[in-house]
Amino acid sequence: MRNTQRSQKIAFFFLFLATLLIVLPVGLIVVIIAQKGMPAINWQFLSDIPRQGMRAGGIFPAIVGTFYLVFGALFFALPMGLLAAVYLSEYAKENLLNRIIKLAIINLSGVPSVVYGLFGLALFVVFLKFGASILSGSLTLGIMILPIIITTSREALESVPQSFREVSLSLGASKWQTIRHIVLPNAIPGILTGTILGLGRAAGETAPILFTVAAFYLPRLPKSIFDQAMALPYHLYVISTQVPNVDEKVRYGTALVLLFLVLVMNLVAIIIRYNFRKKKKW
Amino acid sequence: MADIKVSNLNLWYGDFQALINVNAYFTQKQITAMIGPSGCGKSTLLRVFNRMNDLIEGVRVSGEVLIDTQNIISEETDLVSLRKKVGMVFQRPNPFPLSIYENIAFGQRVHAEGLTKFKLDEIVRDSLQSVLLWDELKDKLNKSALTLSLEQKQRLCIARLIAVKPDILLMDEPCSTLDPQGTSRIEELMRELKNNYTIIIVTHNMQQAARVSDETGFMLLGELVEFGKTQDIFTNPKDKRTEDYITGRYG
Repeated sequence: MRNTQRSQKIAFFFLFLATLLIVLPVGLIVVIIAQKGMPAINWQFLSDIPRQGMRAGGIFPAIVGTFYLVFGALFFALPMGLLAAVYLSEYAKENLLNRIIKLAIINLSGVPSVVYGLFGLALFVVFLKFGASILSGSLTLGIMILPIIITTSREALESVPQSFREVSLSLGASKWQTIRHIVLPNAIPGILTGTILGLGRAAGETAPILFTVAAFYLPRLPKSIFDQAMALPYHLYVISTQVPNVDEKVRYGTALVLLFLVLVMNLVAIIIRYNFRKKKKW
Repeated sequence: MADIKVSNLNLWYGDFQALINVNAYFTQKQITAMIGPSGCGKSTLLRVFNRMNDLIEGVRVSGEVLIDTQNIISEETDLVSLRKKVGMVFQRPNPFPLSIYENIAFGQRVHAEGLTKFKLDEIVRDSLQSVLLWDELKDKLNKSALTLSLEQKQRLCIARLIAVKPDILLMDEPCSTLDPQGTSRIEELMRELKNNYTIIIVTHNMQQAARVSDETGFMLLGELVEFGKTQDIFTNPKDKRTEDYITGRYG
């Protein structure tokens, strides 16, 4: 009896330890970056262009560039991903073609991000002649987050109870009316959550934008979608490895801004999901 | 108004034959009960009438089901107009996660876009009145339908169906999740509704069939064993299998 008690306690201890070890790195990353980066954060840092070879001034163009890229990626990935998810969840029958499509989506999410970068370079920059531009970068990031959006949207659609679809059809609604009036509205929170998680991913990636859009140093805002742009992750890479004598607080300040953006996006996703779960009663 | 005439109906799920040569006649303004043990095919038969079996892959049907001289199992049947005419109440009350009002308005939103608010209000009121919910709910039409009791939900589902103005109501064990009071009130409602609709109810509950129905069909292993006046089926069954079932020897 005592023995089982003791082994239970030991098991609990190790399980708890393992859980703690997951939280620890996240916490440390946030704390260290916040600690070292906070001194750099002020209005000028957020609103000014980089000066003195990026050793001083601000990171405003990189923030703006990141926003352009993230929403550009969303512009391409959300409609396409959502339509694909609707097709896969509502229309696709179990056959070879659809199995191949599903396999492709799974594999797409496993492709290393640098490969997306090369692919974007080959297809958008060179072949389609968009050049290194916001358009090329957005398309590349869009393709990268497509599997996330498709997978989460599909899960959201499939979690809408089958009985809703049956009732709607039994009342004489067509399949498309059922999707539009019943399935989609009930799946929106889940779709939104997945989309925002995809955005967070797109905001943080360096490799896909490396060859397709990112400017080493461009102390002005982009003028059109065919313009190059600076972006936070690439800027961080540049000032950390390519430019000598950048003050540590500038590097950590940039990291902090990027981290903050991504965390805020994830937080929004969590809040939406939480509210949705609280409301749903079926 | 509509009768349903079923002739030589067979149905297969893949290799499994779920309905075997069913012949029956469902009369308008009557309640017909379908009884039989689980898996006998009574729900499958019900789902032939509004073609809900189409949702299952690998279903094949042969024979003839006439509603208003139209063979509804033919390929050319317009499912939208069929399902407007032949509505279904499900086993579990399943209102949409919308307001009470929007649940009932759903059919109109789908079938008659651009209806005036006044006309829509009228349809919602009439539908709720016909299931005797109007007085209870008229002040909380904008509340979520998910806040209602099970019985109220099932009534709401019937009202949602009535709003589409069907001729035939298919009820697939509509009381199986309700308590005895709820059950008896829904049964009362069914007696009320049969003045205007052809009602077919599938039920596990033989007492319920005896209480509410005018005619009864007994099914076993995909066959319609016996079909006739409810009184005759329960007091003087012709087939040995029917007698065994209603006296509780199996099922």
